[in-house]
Amino acid sequence: VTAGTEVEDLLRRAAPRVLGVLVRRHGQFDLCEDAVQEALLAAAQAWPRHGLPEEPVAWLVTVAGRRLTDLWRSESARRRREDTVAARQPSTRHHAPGADVDLLADTSSSAADDTLQLLLLCTHPALSEPSRIALTLRAVGGLTTAEIARAFLVPEPTMAQRISRAKATISAEGASFTLPDHDHDERLAAALHVLYVIFNEGYTATEGRTLTRVDLTAEAIRLTRRLHQLLPDDGEIAGLLALMLLIDARRDARTGADGRLVPLAEQDRRRWDHGVIGEAADLLARTLAAAPLGPYQLQASIAAVHAEAAGDADTDWRQIAILYALLERRSDNPVVTLNRAVAVGMADGPEAGLAVLDTVAGDPRLRRTHRPDAVRAHLLERLGDHAGAHEHYLRAARAALNQREKRYLEERAAATTPAGPIAPPDPDVVQS
Amino acid sequence: VKYLLIIQMNPATWESLSEAERTEIAEGQGTFMDTITASGEMVGTHALADPSQSAVVRGRPGASTVTDGPFLEAKEYMGGFYVVDCENVERAHQLAAMIPGTDRLPVEVRPVIFTAGYGLAEPDTT
Repeated sequence: VTAGTEVEDLLRRAAPRVLGVLVRRHGQFDLCEDAVQEALLAAAQAWPRHGLPEEPVAWLVTVAGRRLTDLWRSESARRRREDTVAARQPSTRHHAPGADVDLLADTSSSAADDTLQLLLLCTHPALSEPSRIALTLRAVGGLTTAEIARAFLVPEPTMAQRISRAKATISAEGASFTLPDHDHDERLAAALHVLYVIFNEGYTATEGRTLTRVDLTAEAIRLTRRLHQLLPDDGEIAGLLALMLLIDARRDARTGADGRLVPLAEQDRRRWDHGVIGEAADLLARTLAAAPLGPYQLQASIAAVHAEAAGDADTDWRQIAILYALLERRSDNPVVTLNRAVAVGMADGPEAGLAVLDTVAGDPRLRRTHRPDAVRAHLLERLGDHAGAHEHYLRAARAALNQREKRYLEERAAATTPAGPIAPPDPDVVQS
Repeated sequence: VKYLLIIQMNPATWESLSEAERTEIAEGQGTFMDTITASGEMVGTHALADPSQSAVVRGRPGASTVTDGPFLEAKEYMGGFYVVDCENVERAHQLAAMIPGTDRLPVEVRPVIFTAGYGLAEPDTT
C-alpha cells in the first residue's frame, strides 16, 4: 500500500505526460483534459488501496483513453464526471515501487516533447494572461481547480469557468500540438513569462491566509526546473530558473517576525539559503559561458551580485548599474530604468540617480504606479532632503497596491518626518 | 487583479429616467452578470439600500453612539458594486463600460488590495 501523498505527487508529475500523449494522438484539447482529470481521480482512489501499477503513465493513458471514447460517444457524459470510473480500471499487476525508483523517469524525446508542447499550448496567444496561468497550473502543474481558485482568491466556480473557457478557446483556435519552428521562440518566451508571473504571485502574495494557499513559488520553480531538464541548452530557461532560485533563497529573511517587509539592505544574510544560492550561481555561470545573453540571465546576474555580497555596503552597485543598462537595451520596460536609477544612486551618489530617474519619471506607463515616487523618496532621503523624501514616501504609500509594501512605505514616511535612518527601497518588489 | 466597479447612484438622474429606461438598466444587470460569469471574471456583486437607511457608529463597544446619516451633501452615492478579477486595468475599464446605464450613472473603478472571506481561503487551523 502506497501513501496518499506519494500517489498525489506521482499523479501531479504524470498529468502533463498523459495529457500530452492524448492531445498528440487525438487533438481536441478540451475533451482530452476532461478525460485526464477523470483518470487522475480514478487513480487517486485506486492506487493508495491497491498499490501502484507497473507503468503508471500507461495505466493513466489507457483509462483516460477509454474515458475519452465515452466522452465522444455521449455529449451528456460530460455532466456525469463523478460516475464510477473505478469500474473500468484496467487489470494490471500492482506492486510497490522500490524507494528510489522513479516510475516517471522516461527520458525519451517524445515524452519531453509532449510536456513542452503542452506548456506552449496552455500559453497560447489567444488566451488572456489569467487564463494562461490557470490552464498552465491545471494542465501542466496538475493542480485542481479548487487549489488554483484558492491560490488566486477567487470563487471556485469563477476559476472553473475561466479554465473551461480557456480550453474551449484553444480547441476553437484549432491550435495544433506541434508548432511551426518560427513561432517556437516567441511562444517559449510567453511560456517563461507565465511561469515568472506565477512565481511573483507566490512571492509577493499578501492576500488571505498563506497557510492554506498552494505554494505558487514552489510550483513555478518545479515547472521551470522541469522545462530546464527538457531543454538544458536554452539560456533563458536556465536564466529564469537561476533567477527564481536566487530570489527564493532570500524568502526567510524577507519577512520580519511581525510579518513586516524587510528590505534587502536590512536582511540578515545568514538566513539566506546559501545551498540554493550556490546551485543557482553554478547554473548561471555555466549558462552565461555557453548561451546567448538574454533578459532572464541578466536579471539572474543582478540577483547573483546581491547574493555574493557579504552585506549591503559590500554590494557591487556599479556592476549592478551596468547589468541594468544591458537589460534596458533588451527590454522596453520603464521599471528597468527605475532600478538602474537606484543602482546608479548607490554607485555614483543620489544626484546621479535622480538624473537617471528624471529620464523616465514622465513615462505614461508609470503614471499610476508608486515606484517613481518610492525611488525619488529614497534618493532624496540619501541626499538629506527629508521633507522631499517624506512627501514622496507618502505619495508612494498611497499608490502602492501591495499591503506589505504600503506599510513599509508608510514607515519610511514616518521615519523621514524630521531626520531618520536611511534604507533603500526593496529591489525584490520590482518585477518586469 | 481584482477591481471594485462602483456604480454611482444619482437619485435626481434616476428619477428623470423613463420607466422603460429604468427597466433596461435593472434588467441589463442580469446580462452583464452572465457575461462576466461566462468569462470567468465575476467574483461577486452587491446592491446597496438607499443612504436613508444608513447609520453611523462612533466610539468603542460599550461607549458608542449611533446616529442616522450620513446625509451627505453629495449628489451621488454608492448604489452597488461588482468585484471582478481580470487581466489588467484596461480590461477593468472595459468591463465597467459594459455595465448598463453608465451613460447616466457613472462607474468608478478601483483596485482591490486585500481579499478574504467568501470561503476564498479556509480558516487558519493552527
